[in-house]
Amino acid sequence: MSNNVWVFIDQFKGKGHPGSWEALGAGRSLAEELGGGVTALVIGEQAQAVAGEAFQYGADEVLFADDASLADYRAEPYTALIVKLVGQARPEVLLFPTTTRGRELAAMTAIDLETGVMPDVTALEVQDGQVVATRPVYAGKLLSKVVCSARPQVITTRIRAFPSLPPGVGRSGSAAKVEPAMAGESIATRVVEYAESGGGVSLSDAGVIVSGGRGVSNNPALNPPVGMDEKQAEIWRAQQGFKLVGELAGVLGAAVGASRAAVDAGYIPYEYQVGQTGKVVSPDLYIACGISGAIQHQAGMRTSKVIVAINKDPEAPIFKLARFGVVGDLFQVLPALTEAFRKKLNK
Amino acid sequence: MKIVVCVKQVPDSAARVVVEDGRVTWGDAPLVINPWDEYAVEAALLQSEAHDGSVTVATIGPESAKDALKHALAMGCGEAILISDAALTDIDSQGAAKVLAAAIQKIGEVDTAFFGRQAIDGDMGVTAAQTARALGWPMLSLVSKVLALDPGARTVRVSRATEEGQQLVDANLPCVMSVGKDIAEPRYPSFMGIRKASRAVIPTWSLADLGVPAPAAVVRWPELLNPPAREVKTEMITGASVQEIAETLVDKILAEKVL
Repeated sequence: MSNNVWVFIDQFKGKGHPGSWEALGAGRSLAEELGGGVTALVIGEQAQAVAGEAFQYGADEVLFADDASLADYRAEPYTALIVKLVGQARPEVLLFPTTTRGRELAAMTAIDLETGVMPDVTALEVQDGQVVATRPVYAGKLLSKVVCSARPQVITTRIRAFPSLPPGVGRSGSAAKVEPAMAGESIATRVVEYAESGGGVSLSDAGVIVSGGRGVSNNPALNPPVGMDEKQAEIWRAQQGFKLVGELAGVLGAAVGASRAAVDAGYIPYEYQVGQTGKVVSPDLYIACGISGAIQHQAGMRTSKVIVAINKDPEAPIFKLARFGVVGDLFQVLPALTEAFRKKLNK
Repeated sequence: MKIVVCVKQVPDSAARVVVEDGRVTWGDAPLVINPWDEYAVEAALLQSEAHDGSVTVATIGPESAKDALKHALAMGCGEAILISDAALTDIDSQGAAKVLAAAIQKIGEVDTAFFGRQAIDGDMGVTAAQTARALGWPMLSLVSKVLALDPGARTVRVSRATEEGQQLVDANLPCVMSVGKDIAEPRYPSFMGIRKASRAVIPTWSLADLGVPAPAAVVRWPELLNPPAREVKTEMITGASVQEIAETLVDKILAEKVL
């Protein structure tokens, strides 16, 4: 009997995205209620190690494709293969992690299979054999219950919203190799190269984030190099401020984030923006430095487990969300905090 | 070079959105063009200017959604189309994609269609990819930069954002692109643009005009809820010196066991 729950394992260059293991964990819980096991689908080239990991994280069966035409992620050949395999097996549920790839593949697969997609869900339950998903809408201002009447129910799980199972070393199951569904030359896109970002911890799946806002440029004690105009001096000041943010992040193994105000002012590139028009994050610890906490920013970080706010304005709305607050000058507080963490964590 | 940009009208991002009696309400906050879609309009205009092309902006919505179209016209789009039909009130993303695909085909000889990354009401982020699939066109998601577009050779090269960095990819035209905020800062509507938009006659296409049946929604939203209030008791950390404050804060954070 084929399995009721299928999970797409997102991988990049042979490394599984942690969200894939969370989706597998969510899939296992659903399979317990729906009956049957969990099938994991690994697509790539030489990604067998990922297939092995999928067993450890809860898969009963792994289907893996290993072909040069699938080495680089491309939406069309990946979608074609998923549609072919899922179309034959007709599982009840098809899960993806909400990565850029997972969301796109879920969307396209749903069209081909004439079913519906429920992206970026934060909770799943089963009622009378039907999956009821919960997803934040209006940037988390509301929650929506969602159901899909067609099959499979295509769902993407929000990163860090579901726990992955502790890896069962030595756990295994049946593995089968599958062939690509499209001939390489018929694919209308070609990947030329990658420019991977310079190290750093990825914001979306970071456990700890240290963010800077407009306030990082307000250090009056700094004297910008001569010859800078006012705007250049402001950006230079902000960059000195973000250095302090980065140093704390370094000690904590954290990702660096920023408010929209800091991005719009040109202090830091857009890829660091947390908020409604940036990245939505949900770390265990979020330290907001010089961020007032506009509603757009809150929308991107309000589900963080513990929020710490450092701001010189005691009326800043960010303090209403914070577990701990410090009213003070971040140019003094941040270095002291970095030093205190370094001591306590022996780094 | 014929370009289509698809937009949506949504409540302003600063609106206080709540559920009352099971229905969404945003008080008297204005309805605006989805902020992400302004980046798509900008991307479309830039390509149109570079290749002597035309831009048609399209939306699905009620008569009042023409305001979102007028914003795009004021930014510089040449034409606008409202897709409106009583049968479209409760569609899901699959239905929206099929209707938009039909509209793009009816417009005809379109080289590329731009979308914003997601609408800030439903936060689905799937309509662009689903429209591409319904059209059978390649999809380029989260494009940060259009590096080269050659309408003659029918190819485009873009840099697109992924978790790991940027993927440089070539695609054949026609294709669908969704764009992020890094594509370019959207221009403000000009005074002349606003005057032109206010006088524009915007045609309305029904499902009969598109020649497609009413899409049956398979995804439904049986319940909307206000999220549970964030139960947080804020503790302000004070001390005689900044070092003392820092050390107290570190102890408190470590006690939360989140590191």
